Amino acid sequence: MAIVTDETATATPAPEAQPQAGEPAPQLTMRLWRGDETGGEFAEYQLESLGGEVVLDVVHRIQAEQAPDLAVRWNCKAGKCGSCSAEINGRPRLMCMTRMSTIDTTQPITVSPLRGNPVIRDLVTDVSYNFAVARKIPPFTPGPREADGTYRMSQVDVDRVQEFRKCIECFLCQNVCHVIRDHEENKPAFAGPRYFARLAELEMHPLDTLDRRELISRELGIGLCNITKCCTEVCPEGIHITDNAIIPLKERVVDARYDPIAWLGRKIRRKPAPMSAAEAASYAPASKTGEFISLDPRPVDKA
Amino acid sequence: MAELETHHFDVIVIGAGGAGLRAAVEASAAGARTAVVCKSLLGKAHTVMAEGGVAAALGNVWPEDNWKVHFRDTMRGGKMLNNWRMAQLHAQEAPDRVLELEEWGAVFDRTADGRILQRDFGGHRYARLAHVGDRTGLELLRTCQQRAVALGIEVFMECKIVRLLKSPEGAVNGAVGFWRESGKFVVFAAKSVIIASGGVGKTWKFTSNSWEGTGDGHALALWAGADMIDMECVQFHPTGMVWPPSARGLLVTEGVRGDGGVLRNSEGRRFMFDYIPEFYAKETADTIEEGDQWYDNKKDFRRPPELLPRDEVARSINSEIKAGRGSPHGGIFLDIASRRSEEYIKRRLPSMYHQFKELADVDITKEPMEIGPTLHYIMGGIRVEADTAATTVEGLYAAGEAAGGMHGANRLGGNSLSDLLVFGRRAGQYAAEHALGSPGDVKVDEAQVDSIVEAALAPFGRESGENPYTVHHDLQETMQSLVGIIRTESELVEAREKLGELSERASAVGSEGNRWFNPGWHLALDLESMLAVAQCTTLGALERRESRGGHTRDDYPKADPELGKVNMVTRMSDDKVVVVREPLPEMPDELKTLFEEAH
Repeated sequence: MAIVTDETATATPAPEAQPQAGEPAPQLTMRLWRGDETGGEFAEYQLESLGGEVVLDVVHRIQAEQAPDLAVRWNCKAGKCGSCSAEINGRPRLMCMTRMSTIDTTQPITVSPLRGNPVIRDLVTDVSYNFAVARKIPPFTPGPREADGTYRMSQVDVDRVQEFRKCIECFLCQNVCHVIRDHEENKPAFAGPRYFARLAELEMHPLDTLDRRELISRELGIGLCNITKCCTEVCPEGIHITDNAIIPLKERVVDARYDPIAWLGRKIRRKPAPMSAAEAASYAPASKTGEFISLDPRPVDKA
Repeated sequence: MAELETHHFDVIVIGAGGAGLRAAVEASAAGARTAVVCKSLLGKAHTVMAEGGVAAALGNVWPEDNWKVHFRDTMRGGKMLNNWRMAQLHAQEAPDRVLELEEWGAVFDRTADGRILQRDFGGHRYARLAHVGDRTGLELLRTCQQRAVALGIEVFMECKIVRLLKSPEGAVNGAVGFWRESGKFVVFAAKSVIIASGGVGKTWKFTSNSWEGTGDGHALALWAGADMIDMECVQFHPTGMVWPPSARGLLVTEGVRGDGGVLRNSEGRRFMFDYIPEFYAKETADTIEEGDQWYDNKKDFRRPPELLPRDEVARSINSEIKAGRGSPHGGIFLDIASRRSEEYIKRRLPSMYHQFKELADVDITKEPMEIGPTLHYIMGGIRVEADTAATTVEGLYAAGEAAGGMHGANRLGGNSLSDLLVFGRRAGQYAAEHALGSPGDVKVDEAQVDSIVEAALAPFGRESGENPYTVHHDLQETMQSLVGIIRTESELVEAREKLGELSERASAVGSEGNRWFNPGWHLALDLESMLAVAQCTTLGALERRESRGGHTRDDYPKADPELGKVNMVTRMSDDKVVVVREPLPEMPDELKTLFEEAH
C-alpha cells in the first residue's frame, strides 16, 4: 500500500505564480476537507496567489476571509512545535514548512486531516492516543551525581540521544505507520515510531538506569514493526527513526532473551548505578541489582 | 450552571509552557492536587521557540562567573528598572534549576570534560547559556512535560480560560473556560491559581509570537483586580526574519551573533561600531580587530558591539534602515556565512540553517540573512512579590513572561528560560502552600459563572456583527504604527483613542457557525485580552516620559533618573484601565556596591 500518494506534488516544483504589475494575480484553488466525526467532504476555495507563502498562510487567508469557522491547529509557524500536521495532496507534512512554490499551483491543492487519527473537525484530529502512550513509558531515571554535584557525559555519547530529542511531536510518523494507520485495533499494544524514538533515547542515555526491554517487546509491540521506513521518510526533523531507534531496539530486545549481562555492560559503563528513586525500583527487574560488569565502552548499535 | 462540567483542585496552572509546567511539577510534588490548563496541545507552547539557551552562572566555561556577575549583568541590561530581589533570586537559583533539568532527562551540549557547555550571548559578561544547539526551549519544555507526565499531573488541553472566579472576600478561587474542541464550558474550582500564560505579541503586527500570545493571563489578572507593572516595556528582538512575508517576524536566534555573526548595512559596513552607547563603552570593543579577537580570548579583549543588549541593537538597526541603508526587503544583513565554516554553522545553528533553507530558500552558510526587529517579549507584566510570586490579589500567582519585574526595562537573552524555571518553581511552591493552608472546599459562585458564560457566548447572538479578524488586523496595525519601537506623545494619544474605538468594535463582533472548534469565536474572545494589554502598554508608554530599555520615546530620548525609580502601575478602576507611578523596591547597600566596582 502506498501511503505517500502523490510524489509529484512536491517532487516537481512549478515556478511560483507571482503577481505582476498590471496583471490580475493568478488564482489558487484550494480543496480543504470540511467535516467532523460523522463525515464530510472537500470544499473548494478560490483565492489570489501571493508570493512567498506556505500552505498554512493560504489556509489562514481562507479562514480570515472566507471561512472563519475553519478549524486548523497551529502554533509556532516555524516547524518547531509540530502542531500543523496535515496531508497536502495526500502527503503528510507540516503546513507551515510547505512552501507554495514547491507545489504545482496550476492544479487544485488538497489539504486533508491526518488519516491515522479520528477527525474532530476539519483539519483538526484527535491525537490523544499519543498522550496515552507517553504515559506508559517509565521516566528517565539517572544514577547518582558525581562528587562535585555534576553529571558527566561526553558529547559523542549524547549525540544520538540528542537526535531523538529533536522530535517536535508532530506525529506524522504515527500517522503513516502501517501497523496502526488502518488498524485501530493495534493501537492498545503498540507505541508507534515517535515513542520508539523516545524509548531508544532513554535506553541509549548514558545516565539512565532502567531496563525497559520487557515493556518494549511485550506491551509496546516493537515486534509489529516491519521496518518499511515510512516514519523516517516523513520526519520533518530528519530523525532516522527506523535505522537509529527501531532497529537497535529490536536488537536489544532480542539480545535480552539471551544475554542480559551484555545489555548491562552497554547500559551502565562507568560504575554501578543503584536504584535511588522508589518509582525507578518498581520498574527495575531483579537482574539490575546484580554485580556490574563493564564491557563495551559504547553502545554497539551506534551508527 | 448546575449542568456545567466542574473540577476541584488545590492549584490550577493556566499555561503549559516552561513556567506553567515547572510550577505544576513543584505544586504537585508539594502534595497539592494540581492541574494544568492550556490553549494548545501539551508540548506546543511558545517555549519551544526559545533557541539560544538558558542563562545560569554554572561557571563551566568561565570559572570566574558567579551569581553576582549574572545579577549585575541582568540589572544593567534591564536599565536598573528590575525588581532587584527577583534578579537576585534568579541569578542565585538558576544553576540549580538547570542541573535539576538534567536530572529529569534534559541533554545539554557538553564541554570537553563532560559538563554542560555554555555559550555567549548579548549582555552576559561570560559565556553563560546552557544550550542544546539552537533548540534549547524545546529541550526545556519537553523535559518539564515528561516530568509532569511522570508525576501524573492532569492536563486540560485546548481549553481557554475566559475569566477568573472570586470569593466574596475578594480572593481568586477558580476559573471558567471552554473546551476549544466542543465549545462547552468548564469550571475549575481552586484554592490557588497560577498564571503562566506567556506573552502578548499577537497584539502587534510583526512578532515572533504564536497565535497563543494574546495576553490572556495579563488580562485575566487585570480583570480580577491585580496590578500590572511597566507594561510599556516590550522587547523588539533585533533579529527577526523580514522575508518572505509569511515568515516576517520569525525569530533568528541571538546565538548567530554569539557564534560570530555580524550585522552589516547595504554598504557592507559593520554599523554597530557607530552605535556604542556611553553606558557600555568601557566593556565594548571599538575596533573590528579587537571585537574579532574576543570570540577566542575573552579575557584580554572586549566584546563586539553586535552583542550589546537587545534594545540597543534593535534601535541601531532601526536607525540604519531609516537612513536608507537597509536590505532589499527593508531589513539589514546578518552575516555568518563569510565568517564561519559551513560545518561550524550547521553544527552550532542547525535549526536556523533549516528555517532559512525551508522558508526563505536562503543558505545561511553561503549568503547573509535579511533581518529586522520583531516584537518578541514583554518585560512588564503582572506585579508579583519576588519571593513568592504572589500577585496583589489573594490566591493568584504569576510566573514567567506573564509576570513583571524580573527583567526591568529590557531582558537579556537566555534570562527568560532561567526565569521560567526559577519563578515557575517558586510560584508552584507558594501556591501549593497557600492551597494546603486553606481548609475546606471552594464554593463556586454560580451567578458569576452564569454571567461569564453568557458574555462569552454573546458573539453568536451577533451573526451579522463585524468579522473579528478585521478588528484584530486593525488592532495590530494600530499598535505596530503608533506604539512600536520608537514612540512619541502625539502618536500614543492617537493610539489611546483608537483603542477606545477598537474596544467598541470588538464588543460588537459576530461569530458564524457553531461552537465546535470555531477559531473565529476563539479570536473574538482573545481580542478582549489583547485590547486590555494594548491599553496597559499605551497608558504606561504615555506616562513614562523617558527612554529606557525597550521603551523609546522620540520626544524624551534620554533616561530620566527620577523615572528610573518608579514602576508604571496599571490597574482597573471603575471599569477603566488607569496608570499610576509607584516607587521601585530599594536595593540593599551590599548589592549596590556590585555596581560601583570597576569592570
